[in-house]
Amino acid sequence: MSQEGNMRRVTAIRNGTVIDHIPAGHAMRVLEMLGINRRSSVPVSMVMNVPSKKMGTKDIIKVEDRELNQDELNRLALVAPDAHVAIIRAYVVAEKLTIELGDEIVNVLRCTFSNCITTNPREPLAHRLKILSRVPLELRCHYCGRPQDLEELVNNVL
Amino acid sequence: MSGLITMDDLSNEEILSILDDAQRLLPVAEGKTYLPLLQGKILGNLFFEPSTRTRMSFETAMKRLGGDVVNLGDVKTSSVVKGETLFDTIQMVDGYTDIIAMRHPRQGAAQYAQDAARVPILNGGDGAGHHPTQTMLDLFTIQQAHGRLDGLKVILAGDLRYGRTVHSLSHALTRFGCELILASPSLLKMPAEIVADLNAHGANITETEDLLGSIETADVVYMTRIQKERFADEDEYAKVAGAYKLHASNLDGAKENMIIMHPLPRVDEIHPSVDQTRHARYFEQAFNGVVARMALLCRLLDVEVPADIGGGA
Repeated sequence: MSQEGNMRRVTAIRNGTVIDHIPAGHAMRVLEMLGINRRSSVPVSMVMNVPSKKMGTKDIIKVEDRELNQDELNRLALVAPDAHVAIIRAYVVAEKLTIELGDEIVNVLRCTFSNCITTNPREPLAHRLKILSRVPLELRCHYCGRPQDLEELVNNVL
Repeated sequence: MSGLITMDDLSNEEILSILDDAQRLLPVAEGKTYLPLLQGKILGNLFFEPSTRTRMSFETAMKRLGGDVVNLGDVKTSSVVKGETLFDTIQMVDGYTDIIAMRHPRQGAAQYAQDAARVPILNGGDGAGHHPTQTMLDLFTIQQAHGRLDGLKVILAGDLRYGRTVHSLSHALTRFGCELILASPSLLKMPAEIVADLNAHGANITETEDLLGSIETADVVYMTRIQKERFADEDEYAKVAGAYKLHASNLDGAKENMIIMHPLPRVDEIHPSVDQTRHARYFEQAFNGVVARMALLCRLLDVEVPADIGGGA
């Protein structure tokens, strides 16, 4: 099926956010990292494992009536670093966003090392993971210096 | 500089300059002359974990320089046991003192404290993380013996996995171009991320399980204690620990000026017969904790150590 066909699997949205080019099978994880869950009231459509010229297969998410901001999108660096994001207003793409990573990911993920000082949930300073390399993604905790296991890290969303 | 959390906080030039200060402060550390450079300053000793040498040597260093010390005391009776966060403890002590020396069981605690404090933090050990003030006294001891730090062949032996002293020391020695032999049982090997860091800095490293194989060409043998609790059963511990013991008879072919160091406390890894050899330096090393920490306290408090102190330096 064509790229356009993928988009038509679910209806076009009037207002909201479309996240395209999510690696196949990662859409649920993306929703989790964006804090979109059963308690969210906005309509969400999701297609998984559809054909993609660039990626072979991919997932797509459409979130209605909610415009995700850059900080929220940057949370996706771990699971969908190449995602394309479009903000839709009145059925038209009003803005295109890509995930931008600075030198640090702040207050998004908790260090995976069990003996890190930040594992005490009552400690108030920000959780900070330094970005050592973008491709492949390599992160280290600002405090304990431990390299982060990315598989484990996706379970540590704050 | 703000505090000293890892050896990355010091350039090689700063390390050498602090060691110079330490050398000049020796007569003060030995009590031969009194030099109240830190009069009116207060050190906060925050030891959340047991410590003998580090805590006492910080206290001695401060007092030899005319400063004063306040102690957290026993963690069991302090507000920590009531559930106070490290952040809150630091806010309080930050207001009471001019500088804080800290040891904490959690890794990253020293950096966390530095981010929470206005006064400098001296990391006296954070979990299995770093122990840079120990590294400074180790470097001072090596420089005393060999007159230099660069280009030496150093064996780091024993528990390289959990031993934070060897983590900080290996970084510093690599920066000075030393060749490192990492001798440990496979269970207690140097963590892969540290070896990767050292390699990224151009380290010349050999990992081995054989302690004695390179003893004849070494300039420094740095022993550490293998802890029984790291092993699942006692037989395995006994087997492994037995292979990392030094006896005077192992040192026959060693270089004349080779030195044996140990952060102490030792258990069985250095036999008392070694104490009487010219190679033993661990007790001098423990004393050097005072002078190295004196130099660090002065540097972090922006107090210049005079060029001429007198007293037989």
